[in-house]
Amino acid sequence: MRYAMTMDTRKCVGCSDCVVACQTENNVPLGYCRDWIVEHTAGTYPHLDMELRSERCNQCDNTPCVRTCPTGASHVIEGGIVKVTPEECIGCGACIQACPYDARYFHPDGYVDKCTFCDHRVKKGQTTACVAVCPTKCLTFGDLDDPNSDVSKLLRDRKWKVLAPEAGTKPHVFFLT
Amino acid sequence: MNEEIIISGRNLPYIDPVLNIWHWQIPLYLFVGGLAAALIFFSAYFFIRGRGDELKTSVQIAPILAPFVIVIGLIALLLDLRHPAYFWQLYTTIRLDSPMSWGAWTLAAIMPLSVIWPLTFLKEIKEYFSESGKRVKGLIQWIEDIINAIKPLKLSIEWFTKYRYQLAWVNAILAIILGVYTGILLSAFNARPLWNTSILGPLFLVSGLSTGAAVIMWMSRSKKERLIFSRIDLLLIAIELFFIIHLFMGFLASGAVQIEAAQLFLGGDYTAIFWAGVVMVGLVIPAILETMELYGYHIPISIPALLILIGGLLFRFIMVEAGQITRYLY
Amino acid sequence: MKTRREFIKISAVAAGGIAVLKPALSWSPDFLKKDIEPLDESKAKRYPTFCEVCFWKCAGFTYLNKDGEIQKIIGNDKDPHCNGRFCPRGTGGVGMYYDNDRLKFPQKRVVDGDGTHKFVQISWEEALDTIADNMKDIADKYGPESMALLYHASSGSYFKHLMQAYGSKNIAKPSYAQCLGPREAGFVATYGMGVSSPEPTDIKNTECLVLIGNHVGENMHNGYVQEVADAIERNASIITVDPRFSTIASKSKFWLPIKPATDLALLLSWIHVLIYEELYDKKYVEQYAFGFDELKAHVKNFTPEWAYTKTDIDPKDIRDSAYEMAKASPAVIVHPGRHTTWYGDDTQRTRAIAILNALLGSFGKKGGWYFAEKKSVPHFPSPEYPHPKWTWKDITKKTYKGAGTGISNDLIKASLPENKNEHKVKGWIVVGTNLMTTIPDVETTKRAIENLDFIAVVDTMPMEITGYADILLPECTYLERYDDIRSSQHRIPNIALRMPAANPRWESKPGWWMAKEIANRLGLGDYFAYDSVEEELDWKFKQMGTSLEEMQKIGVKQFDKETDLYLADGEEHYFNTDTGKIELYSLDLEAKGYDPMPKFIEHKQPDSGFYRLIYGRAPMHTFGRTINNPNLTDLMDENKIWVNPKVAKIWGVEAEQEIWLKNQDGKISTFPIKVRITERIRHDSVYMIHGFGNTEKGLSRGYGRGASDSEMITNVKIDPIMGGTGMRENFVTFLLENPHLEENKIENKEAES
Repeated sequence: MRYAMTMDTRKCVGCSDCVVACQTENNVPLGYCRDWIVEHTAGTYPHLDMELRSERCNQCDNTPCVRTCPTGASHVIEGGIVKVTPEECIGCGACIQACPYDARYFHPDGYVDKCTFCDHRVKKGQTTACVAVCPTKCLTFGDLDDPNSDVSKLLRDRKWKVLAPEAGTKPHVFFLT
Repeated sequence: MNEEIIISGRNLPYIDPVLNIWHWQIPLYLFVGGLAAALIFFSAYFFIRGRGDELKTSVQIAPILAPFVIVIGLIALLLDLRHPAYFWQLYTTIRLDSPMSWGAWTLAAIMPLSVIWPLTFLKEIKEYFSESGKRVKGLIQWIEDIINAIKPLKLSIEWFTKYRYQLAWVNAILAIILGVYTGILLSAFNARPLWNTSILGPLFLVSGLSTGAAVIMWMSRSKKERLIFSRIDLLLIAIELFFIIHLFMGFLASGAVQIEAAQLFLGGDYTAIFWAGVVMVGLVIPAILETMELYGYHIPISIPALLILIGGLLFRFIMVEAGQITRYLY
Repeated sequence: MKTRREFIKISAVAAGGIAVLKPALSWSPDFLKKDIEPLDESKAKRYPTFCEVCFWKCAGFTYLNKDGEIQKIIGNDKDPHCNGRFCPRGTGGVGMYYDNDRLKFPQKRVVDGDGTHKFVQISWEEALDTIADNMKDIADKYGPESMALLYHASSGSYFKHLMQAYGSKNIAKPSYAQCLGPREAGFVATYGMGVSSPEPTDIKNTECLVLIGNHVGENMHNGYVQEVADAIERNASIITVDPRFSTIASKSKFWLPIKPATDLALLLSWIHVLIYEELYDKKYVEQYAFGFDELKAHVKNFTPEWAYTKTDIDPKDIRDSAYEMAKASPAVIVHPGRHTTWYGDDTQRTRAIAILNALLGSFGKKGGWYFAEKKSVPHFPSPEYPHPKWTWKDITKKTYKGAGTGISNDLIKASLPENKNEHKVKGWIVVGTNLMTTIPDVETTKRAIENLDFIAVVDTMPMEITGYADILLPECTYLERYDDIRSSQHRIPNIALRMPAANPRWESKPGWWMAKEIANRLGLGDYFAYDSVEEELDWKFKQMGTSLEEMQKIGVKQFDKETDLYLADGEEHYFNTDTGKIELYSLDLEAKGYDPMPKFIEHKQPDSGFYRLIYGRAPMHTFGRTINNPNLTDLMDENKIWVNPKVAKIWGVEAEQEIWLKNQDGKISTFPIKVRITERIRHDSVYMIHGFGNTEKGLSRGYGRGASDSEMITNVKIDPIMGGTGMRENFVTFLLENPHLEENKIENKEAES
């Protein structure tokens, strides 16, 4: 079991529904978010290119956040999902410094919070809240170990990239281009 | 034009628009950590070398400061925690991968030893302060009285005094771990290009030793000891400068993000404060003053010592702040 | 001089109200603090609803958390509007309910001894009595026709019923004359039928989608966006015409960065290419269209080379994009757009779009336009409406002969003091529409309001319009009320139920209840002959073969389609026009004295130092309606003005710098707006998101954030055919220093002396 997400930059319109859906699903306090949208425009009018990306924790294989955590609050669960146990987190900020994607933040209650790939839903066979809501269906979630899963197929058939590969984290959110 | 923006209104406290997780607490913590490490190290080292009588200040007196300095560090660390009620979680696990865990355990080990060490020198300390004011003498007497009153305490101090040599070895090793740790803490963060260099560990160790040497120099009553530590300090400053040059050469030979990080100090926002504040005021000027001292010019020792301390503190503040600005994305 | 109906800032009253309530939101609504464990959907209570954050009205379910509080809203899989996926606004609809700035109590305008106006909290009894008394007075004095209803909320349907029972058909929605009216008129003139909503464009199966200034994706019309995303996945070609590099432009095969206000030239030249290169669907045109020869002669000179001189678009691109459409024909859609009130010749522009579709043979064809079907909702038994002596048609139809429904700005004009004819409007009920930002030319609206005998406003939020009310009624949000059945046109006819998931907060009440209560007070109780809305809805549902009980479980019901989705090959079809055919040459327009075929008119271009003000939508906001929604302002809490880097350089402005805007008539923006320097906008235009810069202080998150585009729209180009208010011929320049400082000084001095 290795969970992964693909994000189709061609289809995304940057509506930010994934962000609100995550907030209402996971009780993310207002002013905070576990996912976000990046818009990248290159070129000079009228020769332009634009890419929209819905970003979140990359649920890396090589996890600097888990490594630097002094208490073990940050840990990896089944399927490669990186989670934080609030009761073990001392709020030292080391994992936030360690994440090249700035995917973690201090919850107003003090502990570090982040995307969980909606493991509470995934456990029940549902998909993540962001994937379930995305109007353009640009997000796909699934098991990489299953060659017939949608994510496996997309990664076979489409061109893709990951963010900051040079950071060496082996991210598992793939951006289809 | 290249425009890369977050359009979903993300405005996470301490993270957007630029990372600002660590404020004054961590750099202060790194500074006092390095300072305490140096005080303990010099004391243990010269004790092992059998120069305790000759270098009284460094071996017997200066280490008195160490536990106080460590406490300041611990307070700073505690203030940095956003979930401080769960502080004890640090001691439910040992995580070798995490420098924070290392630091927590090292401090836990070194803290009691740093208290015990000067207590084994209580007689010498009493002697050293014999000409001081009533209050100091009274305080030392009070400590002595407590020890004498509590028998197990008295016995254990006596036991440690007996095995002082072995204690010195433990202290020296822990001090080096603490000193290196203050540098490794930052360099463990691959995600911040400015910190992502192995040179940071030795650099912070040397810088820490230099601040320790400065404190000893300042405290010492013996001209000879002052001169010895001046020479040590000069050597440390030379090594530090070498490391700094090495640091930037390393960055400039690396990837785009490291080059960008180095640019902060080579024309960017931190250029003036770093080269004037850290390198000139904190390293070059004290080195010149110390050299002049060696050549017989009379320089009040407090000036180079203070400059070194200021430079060391500034260096850590700058490294922590600038490091958080450097990033891979956006 | 004191104006008769001075604007009242709600804050003064609300502040007192808030003091006894929970403190305003800091970082999180209470429900977020309590429930750390994520909700288990399978065990949660849920209630069907359909969204009220925009007009797309997607159906879904409101989920409650363990404590019985509203947690989230999830789309209904059976709903063709959303296919189980809500858009950000629908998902963020919870914020509407939790917004503590909401209107909480009925209020009335009171004038103090010293002449200052303020709102005073009153009982529902008094509020409803006052409205009924004033309506009676107006009916006695001028006739019930002098009372008008302006609305945009779902509950408007009950007020509409009330108005008609009372004897007035002067009812208008700003969504017609300020938005989609021209396209309706253009399609009526061509096909004998309007487009309506959701648009029956078969994007799901299209091979080529042509968008004229239509920024799908930024306008978050849910089902439409979903089908476009599918089209992108299928590699269908998209042609986007827009002076701005919109989101959809970035996903298009052709982006034609047109010089603003020249769209008609491009459309005519496309028609020219299709006809003169014989690329049009000959069989289709021959069978279904009328006036081809006239059209051919009409567009003879509109070559791509001619269009280039008007539009700045390379003739090769014009030809290539026309070939792309022809290649896909009939699976091609030239989309009519939605907000089409631009330059005053908008019906004619939409006519050109309609003609283009006809030439491509796409209307009634797979991948083009399907024939939508809608389930008609029976009316609860009630007496016949009285016949009004005059209606909006007597005001509007004389001038704008092509108008399809009431024109809000015409009803507003009928309230102006200079209106000397017999058709005067003396009282308004405004339900769920902030006229101050939706109707251009705010000063006229203000003068009309001053001249009214009475104005009642029904809304959920303090908005600028609520400050002008005599009686202000707080409506509960859509999550706290029943509303009329949603029956919409689609591939499959379907209906949806909205029911409350929570009790109304504070003293807010549902619109249907207000309408019924007012009717009772007017002696019109027979028109609302049911005890509760549940009874009324259940009766209607049963007539349609279901029941309230069933609908409460399923939320959405689909019905069998009775007519075909598409025209079969060569199938006879009667179009509801004079000739029974698709009128390329419109006999109806000709008879009414308008051009039977669209003509290109040169529109004004900006003077030096001025830039055309283009406004649009952001996917996370619905006009100004969501401007205070805590969840949605979290995503975007202000608008910025998009400025081309070259322009920014000329002005020396920097990114994020705050500037003020001044338009061609000297109107200066109340608030400053931050600059976004981006290549995505043409050098002769600026762009901003509509709905920001609200001046209502009762909106703790909306007040003064960004600037208002509506405020800058003082030059309104009226469409001579249907009365639409063209708003795109306004030009702004930048003020780098605060223009209000000097005024403030003067005001302060006056106050001191």
